[in-house]
Amino acid sequence: MASITVIDYGAGNLASVQKGLATTGASVSIVRRADDLDDANTIVIPGVGHFGATAALDDAWRRAIAQRLDRGAALLGICLGMHWLFNGSDEAPDVPGAGLLTGRCTRLSGQVKVPHVGWNTLSASGQPAQLLEGIAPGASVYFTHSFAAPITADTVATSSHGAPFAACVARGRVWGTQFHPEKSGTVGLRILSNFVAAASEGR
Amino acid sequence: MVARRLIACLDVRDGRVVKGVKFRDLREAGDPAALAARYSADGIDEIVLLDISATVEGRATLLSTVRAAAAKTFIPLTVGGGLRSLDDARAVLDAGADKVSVNSAALRDPSLLTALARVYGSQAVIVAIDAKRGAVDRRADLQVCLEPGLKTRPPYVFQVYSRSGTTAEPRDAVEWAREAEARGAGEVLLTSIDRDGTHSGFDCELTAAVSDAVQIPVIASGGAGTPEHFIDVFGLGRADAALAASVFHFAEHGIHDLKTSLRDAGVPVRLDW
Repeated sequence: MASITVIDYGAGNLASVQKGLATTGASVSIVRRADDLDDANTIVIPGVGHFGATAALDDAWRRAIAQRLDRGAALLGICLGMHWLFNGSDEAPDVPGAGLLTGRCTRLSGQVKVPHVGWNTLSASGQPAQLLEGIAPGASVYFTHSFAAPITADTVATSSHGAPFAACVARGRVWGTQFHPEKSGTVGLRILSNFVAAASEGR
Repeated sequence: MVARRLIACLDVRDGRVVKGVKFRDLREAGDPAALAARYSADGIDEIVLLDISATVEGRATLLSTVRAAAAKTFIPLTVGGGLRSLDDARAVLDAGADKVSVNSAALRDPSLLTALARVYGSQAVIVAIDAKRGAVDRRADLQVCLEPGLKTRPPYVFQVYSRSGTTAEPRDAVEWAREAEARGAGEVLLTSIDRDGTHSGFDCELTAAVSDAVQIPVIASGGAGTPEHFIDVFGLGRADAALAASVFHFAEHGIHDLKTSLRDAGVPVRLDW
């Protein structure tokens, strides 16, 4: 049975993401200390709220995560967790991101309400993505955020609210979703099981 | 484009759905978790569980109800009704809710909104505002009879009520929505007391007044009856979401048909699930 490790760094509650991941049939454990990341091969960084909260992912966490990635672990960042994968965010300019992906998150803009709350559609972008296997073009997923990541070569799906932004990213063994797959009905659960399948490959 | 949301509200007392299910599906409709799962499968965009328990035992039952509902639904789940403190909110969020809705407690102590937003993020904090039309007919008239700096003095266009609509508050719904947003609320759940349960349509003027005053999404509630009512509240009312209870419990035409009507009227909705 696949085993998923969810990092609890104090940003929001984890009940939903834990429950969503459990539907894939994997066992889900939660870790609160970098030392406990030891054997993790499939890692999820969830998170809701303010980018400043990611400051809790300190050097010890960064080293532990980098070490796991070097050993072939798979990493999925959800919402705030995806923002953290980038260089940083205008939401908390002094807090550095992990820098696993290039770019900086910026506030949503345009003639629209912010935060962007609700169901919006996905458009495939760039390379076909394992994470989106079996997901029809234009499928709807649930978003709730005020900041968003830029569209780069690592973007595999975009959505749009005022302007287009990166909805789903992939680079090697690192994945990210701006939306909440655990709150996106059957579409979201499929994306989670795609992640678990992708994570178990190539190891 | 972000879809306009349809939200089903389940009024729960002592672990049972108690409203609007008298005429059919008695066995299934009484169980909040089963109803939440059915609506989710039928394409509802979110679920709100509103606890109307009057007793301490009922409050305790709420948490197991939330756990059961959360176990079966993978769409956003909001829990409200009688939440008084950060601890109350933490209990329902730990039980699997994604958002909490606070009403009377936030009126009593608006800093609760800020405290909740700081711990859980604004996206988890809904301010529920129950409003009733007051003595003045139009906001323009209100401005005339108010002196500057006295915006929260009567008379009101849309007066705020607390404690399930029983206690009038010295506040106007638009001003309160603005303040709640500034204090950290991530959405407004706006109920028209005048329209609640009437099936005569949403109060689109109330909804538009609040929606225009804040940046955060506004969920309109109270008065849903026909597809036209929903079309109106998304158009004239500029609502981001619409909440209803009995219209879904009794629906002759299901959620899919309602969404199809909305789409045909040019309202963006989620039709794949």
